[in-house]
Amino acid sequence: MRIRTLIDMPRMAKIGEVIAIRATIAHPMETGYRRDSDGARLPRNIIRAFHCRIGNREIFRADLFPAVSANPYLVFYHRVRASGELVFSWRGDQGFVHEERVSLIAQ
Amino acid sequence: MTCTHRPEQAVIEPRGLVHKRRATRRTAQALIMMVMVVLPAFGHPSERPAEPTPSAQRDSQSVQHTHGTAHRDTRRSGFEFMSRATQTLQRHDDQNPAMLWVRDGERLWREPMGPGGKSCSTCHGASPTALRGVAARYPAWDEALARPVSLNHRISLCRQRYQQTAPASPETDEQLSLESVVALQSRGVAIEPVRDPRLAASLEQGRALFSRRIGQLALACHHCHDQNAGARLGGSPIPQAHPTAYPIYRLQWQAMGSLPRRLRGCFTGVRAEAPEPTSEVMVALELFLRDRAAGMPHEGPGVRP
Repeated sequence: MRIRTLIDMPRMAKIGEVIAIRATIAHPMETGYRRDSDGARLPRNIIRAFHCRIGNREIFRADLFPAVSANPYLVFYHRVRASGELVFSWRGDQGFVHEERVSLIAQ
Repeated sequence: MTCTHRPEQAVIEPRGLVHKRRATRRTAQALIMMVMVVLPAFGHPSERPAEPTPSAQRDSQSVQHTHGTAHRDTRRSGFEFMSRATQTLQRHDDQNPAMLWVRDGERLWREPMGPGGKSCSTCHGASPTALRGVAARYPAWDEALARPVSLNHRISLCRQRYQQTAPASPETDEQLSLESVVALQSRGVAIEPVRDPRLAASLEQGRALFSRRIGQLALACHHCHDQNAGARLGGSPIPQAHPTAYPIYRLQWQAMGSLPRRLRGCFTGVRAEAPEPTSEVMVALELFLRDRAAGMPHEGPGVRP
């Protein structure tokens, strides 16, 4: 399966407005504590960190742990200052890296 | 009659009251036993219904005989039993996690497979929108197998026949992705009643299974989903069992799943052996559930707790 994401946020907003940003990514979030039917431990495969940046400015960051469900869904809020491109990045075990970009136009 | 007992008991005729109450107590005891077994099968403990469900739902007669008649329809989709938060998740495609599977299904739709290099789009057209309404009329008769098959099974058969793929379990991501993308095309389409005469025997088999006591707990589907719909089991509301949103992203599964997977949860909940997902018994039950939900809008791919 390919990496798939869903990002829910307005593409246009007024300066000073607070917008909700919702980001979902398809990921198994395997805890590392489970065993398969042969008793072998399933290696941990989770997303460790999520970042959202506009340019060089980080607007939101979260550390994720094994207790977080599969396909993690994160909601955060942002007060719009200027137009820019939001860069969403997910990093995790086994070299997992994914980035999504969404442009936001401030009016 | 002066109604002194609680409103949800008002549907019970006075003459049968004592007997029914005893039966209710017996059912309640069985339900309490079930709580320990099936608690995980009924969603996250934080789930709360959005609004109190009307007591009219307890009238199983009106539930079963509404479509095609002038009676008030008391049927409710499982959607109405969910918390507002979960409803929001289903309502917005940018938040609905089922759309992650739809995205993959759209890719698979165009991906050539097998020695002939055929994709779904080779036969069905560039866009899956050509399959509008299809999900609302499955399970349907399959000529080659001469038996009814579910939509998921039909997709698997299609891939075996034209793409020479191996038979797939209904729960693989590929199967669920393709089923999701087909289901999406039927959003808002009314679920069709079963009219094909070749399906009549299977439909009756499903109808009989729905009210037959099964498992060590000796409970039938209708004990929970007709007689106690709207009540709670292990803190979670019992829905009326209308399969309007399949395949579903179930928060408890943290994944997409088919109707047979959900039914398996109920079978094991009453400590009965679940039939195979593509067996004729399972499809008979699916067929009856479709007929029971006829006229209700298709919501798939949906979200359930």
